[in-house]
Amino acid sequence: MPTAIINNQPLELKPGEQLNCIQAAQRIGYEIPSYCWHPALSVVASCRMCLVEVGDTKPDGTVVMQPKLVPGCQTPVKEGTVVIADSEKVKAAQKATLEYLLLNHPLDCPTCDQAGECFLQDYSYKYGRGYSRLQEPKNIKPDKDHIGENITLFTDRCIMCTRCVRFTREVSGTSELQVVSRGSAEQIDIFPGIPCDNKLAGNVVDLCPVGALCSKDFLYQQRVWWLKTTKSVCPGCSTGCSVDVDQNEDQLYRLTPRSNPMSQGDFMCDEGRFGWKYIHSDQRLTFPARRKNGEVRTRDWDDIIPSLQKALTKAVAKAPEKCAAVFSPWMTVEEAYMLASYLRGLSPKVKLALGPVKTVGEDDTYPKDFYGKPMEPVKFTIRAEKAPNRRGVQMVLNHFAGAATTLGDLAADGAAGKLEAIYLVGGDPTGWLEPQQATGLGKAALVILQDFMPSAISDRADFMLTGGSFAERDGSFVNYKGLAQEIGRAIRGPDGTRPDGRILWDLTGRRGLFNAAAVRKEMAEKIPAFAAFAQGSLSDFGVLLNEHGAPEPHVVVKA
Amino acid sequence: MAVAKEDVIWIEEPEMGFWEMTFLPAIFDGLKTTIKHVTNYQPVTQQYPEEKPVLPLHYRGVHRLNRDEKGRVKCVACMLCATACPADCISIEASAAPPDWPDRDKFPATFVLDELRCIYCGMCEEACPVDAIELTHIYDLTGETRAELMYDREKLLDVYDKTKDDPRDPLRTRRGKLGPAAEFGSLPTVAPATQVTPGDRSAQSTAPGTIHTYNNPNPFDDPGTAR
Repeated sequence: MPTAIINNQPLELKPGEQLNCIQAAQRIGYEIPSYCWHPALSVVASCRMCLVEVGDTKPDGTVVMQPKLVPGCQTPVKEGTVVIADSEKVKAAQKATLEYLLLNHPLDCPTCDQAGECFLQDYSYKYGRGYSRLQEPKNIKPDKDHIGENITLFTDRCIMCTRCVRFTREVSGTSELQVVSRGSAEQIDIFPGIPCDNKLAGNVVDLCPVGALCSKDFLYQQRVWWLKTTKSVCPGCSTGCSVDVDQNEDQLYRLTPRSNPMSQGDFMCDEGRFGWKYIHSDQRLTFPARRKNGEVRTRDWDDIIPSLQKALTKAVAKAPEKCAAVFSPWMTVEEAYMLASYLRGLSPKVKLALGPVKTVGEDDTYPKDFYGKPMEPVKFTIRAEKAPNRRGVQMVLNHFAGAATTLGDLAADGAAGKLEAIYLVGGDPTGWLEPQQATGLGKAALVILQDFMPSAISDRADFMLTGGSFAERDGSFVNYKGLAQEIGRAIRGPDGTRPDGRILWDLTGRRGLFNAAAVRKEMAEKIPAFAAFAQGSLSDFGVLLNEHGAPEPHVVVKA
Repeated sequence: MAVAKEDVIWIEEPEMGFWEMTFLPAIFDGLKTTIKHVTNYQPVTQQYPEEKPVLPLHYRGVHRLNRDEKGRVKCVACMLCATACPADCISIEASAAPPDWPDRDKFPATFVLDELRCIYCGMCEEACPVDAIELTHIYDLTGETRAELMYDREKLLDVYDKTKDDPRDPLRTRRGKLGPAAEFGSLPTVAPATQVTPGDRSAQSTAPGTIHTYNNPNPFDDPGTAR
């Protein structure tokens, strides 16, 4: 097995693995600072922050070091490579590099949005010298508000790492951003009249290691050290990007992509990044209701759950084949399992259906060329299926031999008076029910609705259960390729709402508090397709339901 | 442990004399003090509220938000005061600064300080990088409702207007300028971190670590021209 030496420690390399010095040092737990290098982008070695001493072991066993420092990001580590990243020479180079990077960088950290998650701050603290020897005025360039609809550029804060430029050239392929001018006048800009508005544009804000590119949506909203982060999954499409949900005091402020080689990689699309605003919509259903003849009898959960149990049991006892439930592709697998097993426990004749799965256009792959034509190899896909968990809910329904009917058929049944009770689960913030379907379903004797946004049937429902958005629920989504990932409860919803998992936990008569991991363990025992849930908790990267094991992050494996 | 007998010393109470037994000397001694207080009256009581106490200069009372030389709020909405505040009594909503304020990116759209929740520790004042928030000598803070004592931006600016000319509430920092964090003229003199030759410009600097702005001696007076 090939062995390299990093900081006097041996590192065994796996066959076929291509590591640079930064990645190799990460393996032994040592951080080589870098700005311009990013695992998903090409290497330019322009920031000079990762300069290290590199040498080779000769056949006779002697080590010959290169006389000059070399950039660690573009130096491959192979058999016999010796990397020294903690010598005085390297530290002096890091100090000098940081001093240069900070020459013209304004010290406006108090008013900069990046402060707190800024690599310049972190590295200055760890590797910098602490003061500047510059005696001349700083070179200040004008801010550019025109970079994009969602992006603004504080030009003076830029350190010219060109991560953003490489992203638009290599990942989105749209190439809007470029470096204009040279020397002390060089700056990031767009081609005149072509703003950076592609569907992946928001990623350049995350890529920017300093506060130069900022999101207009998040600008000045919060200081980042106030944000509490919850690991979750973007519900925008079936790609299921791993995200971090950042909130403070139950107000969601932003979604940022969480690097996950198993699902989407390092990025996310703008639809998902800015598409969570419905969570704080004032349209939301805020209180549950039990209605009789259209009049609200109570809005008290403690009354609604027991009376719902009674009403459902009564309806199923009366005519089980006339009872049905519509499962939403926005439900978590735990919720789908709890509801399906409960209804099938009442009677095996209850019909279970998968609700409408919204598809918009076709899968949108990146990179694209200048004319918008997709190019190979595909680095990011925005999927047409605009629901996070169609596959997971389908798997649950398949186990219960459901999905034999559709929402449309049920609506027709309802219109023909063949429905006794219908349990509807919504959850799609863009709407999921057509008015004529609502009229048909509304003719059922007992209409139960579990949703968080108003729909055509929310005023008709005999039982309205106000659930939560994805940021208010615990559970897991299964993405297009069968990767199950956990979503976490980041915020509390409006007063009268409850996470759907809790509603179903109480409805199914389980004791104690809703526990998604416990439901997953139960599923692993009962459903063979979910055997991978046996641990209860899924790891940060999620669990593939068809095969096990996850590749290591950011490791390029030779084909 | 019991004390050994030979270590114990018995002391008898001295016997009282004739006059002492009459208690008259002690009574006259006490009366002397009483009469002295009647004839030579030196009270220490302060007649508050007719008489206001003179408070030490570092007294920490009601907050104020300072104005800059153009009369605008000096605060840049960095929220470091709210971060430093142990009582969590400051809430700020930042917003992009108006376009005719070229010297800053953001300003406080709202600034609410709960004077009832505040513990007057002065950490906000210490945290402020532009010396915008300061504590004054106003201590007699009263109000009829809680809402009245939620001081917003305008109220805090009013406190500044009322107290700026009071000799006991001077602007604790240089009037009209941004604070020390924004100006590099006052950083302590430190040696270069790496060795330099005597001919190096940094070695010849009178105060390495300072930034001289030769072309624009007062860069913060009209920063608009610098951009």
